[in-house]
Amino acid sequence: MINLEPYGNPQYFVYLLIGLIPLMIGLYHGHRWRWYQSAVSLVFIFLMFDSQKWQQGVALIGFVIWEWLMVGGYMAYRKKANNRWIFYGAFLLSIVPLLFVKITPAINPGHTSLFGFLGISYLTFRSVGMIMEMRDGIIKEFHPMLFLEFLLFMPTISSGPIDRYRRWLDDYQKVPDREKYVGMIEKAVHYIFLGFMYKFLLAYLFGTMLVPKLETLTLRYGGTGFSWPLVGVMYAWSMYLFFDFAGYSLFAVAISYLMGIETPMNFNRPFQSHNLKDFWNRWHMTLSFWFRDFVFMRLVFAMMKNKIFKSRVTVSNVAYIFNMLIMGFWHGVTWYYIAYGLLHGVGLVVNDWWLRFKKKHRESIPHNKLTEAFAIFLTFNFVCFSFLLFSGFLSKLWFGHY
Amino acid sequence: MDVKETVISILNDLTGNDVSEDMDTNLFDSGLMDSMGSVQLLLELQSQLGVNVPVSEFVRSEWDTPNKIVTKVEGLVD
Repeated sequence: MINLEPYGNPQYFVYLLIGLIPLMIGLYHGHRWRWYQSAVSLVFIFLMFDSQKWQQGVALIGFVIWEWLMVGGYMAYRKKANNRWIFYGAFLLSIVPLLFVKITPAINPGHTSLFGFLGISYLTFRSVGMIMEMRDGIIKEFHPMLFLEFLLFMPTISSGPIDRYRRWLDDYQKVPDREKYVGMIEKAVHYIFLGFMYKFLLAYLFGTMLVPKLETLTLRYGGTGFSWPLVGVMYAWSMYLFFDFAGYSLFAVAISYLMGIETPMNFNRPFQSHNLKDFWNRWHMTLSFWFRDFVFMRLVFAMMKNKIFKSRVTVSNVAYIFNMLIMGFWHGVTWYYIAYGLLHGVGLVVNDWWLRFKKKHRESIPHNKLTEAFAIFLTFNFVCFSFLLFSGFLSKLWFGHY
Repeated sequence: MDVKETVISILNDLTGNDVSEDMDTNLFDSGLMDSMGSVQLLLELQSQLGVNVPVSEFVRSEWDTPNKIVTKVEGLVD
């Protein structure tokens, strides 16, 4: 049996296009053939999780049934009542599969959970977000089929971008007019070729050719502290991470566009950020916005409403650290992911302090092209250092294993 | 005070600027508001006008200028 890794090589796009052409002809003529879209999506999802990956496929089916029951069950309850403990329960139960997947390798090194499959964290975001919006009374209906079509939306199933149910549904229930759809196809073609350059050229150059060589150099000659090859690893791996993930995200957005769905973009020139806050508005945007809306803002809201801290600054600092720590844990329960989250949390606190200071002393602090260039330089280097931590290479360097 | 004046006074307090000078300025792009400010806005709307806006109702692009915010809140008061 053949197994097709999503966007794994250029050939994949040929298969995708062949599958999508009938759907595109329909959209061009003002029809969305839902049954065809579902069928072709299921074929490609099947090909992602068949043959040697069948266990992941079984885990995916189990996960989908579980989330369907949780989200559907909570909606049925929420129509009648709104007890907060039931909400907490539904929330917790919907993230249980993800918790297992994240915690298993931390307790049992080298083992992966049977519940795991490629994309579980991204699908969890989709359903947990829905439960929270149901609690708020923003989502009022559970459609058994539409829920599945959203959860299993094929272009973004493996690694995002993370779409929101209401936004997605708006697109899905209508067909873009012809002029707009043609514009979307043009953009999609552009994104696919840009993605080819990012993922198959630049990410390959940095990730496959440069990083391993620099890592070997560091391990052999660099010692455990500062060394120039280690600096090389830091920059090369950061470039690899960006081009690999941004390339993948461009593919996912492009294929969504061909299907008439405007999946949000994930990156917006992150390395031109002026400060760390700016960076998180440009890097892996759908993830950081998800955390902003569902973690940070809710936490701030709860803390301020219950007047837990007197000062607004304390509230936002606590929320920053908590928010980024959770994000760190979400990446995986290892010391370096958690340290990465903590570093960014502290970074945001310092950044906010600086922005307040700058606002107060607006007249005495110079602002020109040079200071802007310095701000970008500083942000870039902070971020690259955090990615070195994130890469896990320091763990290999210091403790001999990832 | 009517709804518009109340919203403007809340925004003035939050941003430390007089927002009525340019009611179409983008509060997020100009750095006057952030997520912290958004939450404070929602809490003030609740306490001063009795309008309940859940956090998930707050879609940035729909709340990014003083004019848009006034229109939104007026719609919610009625």
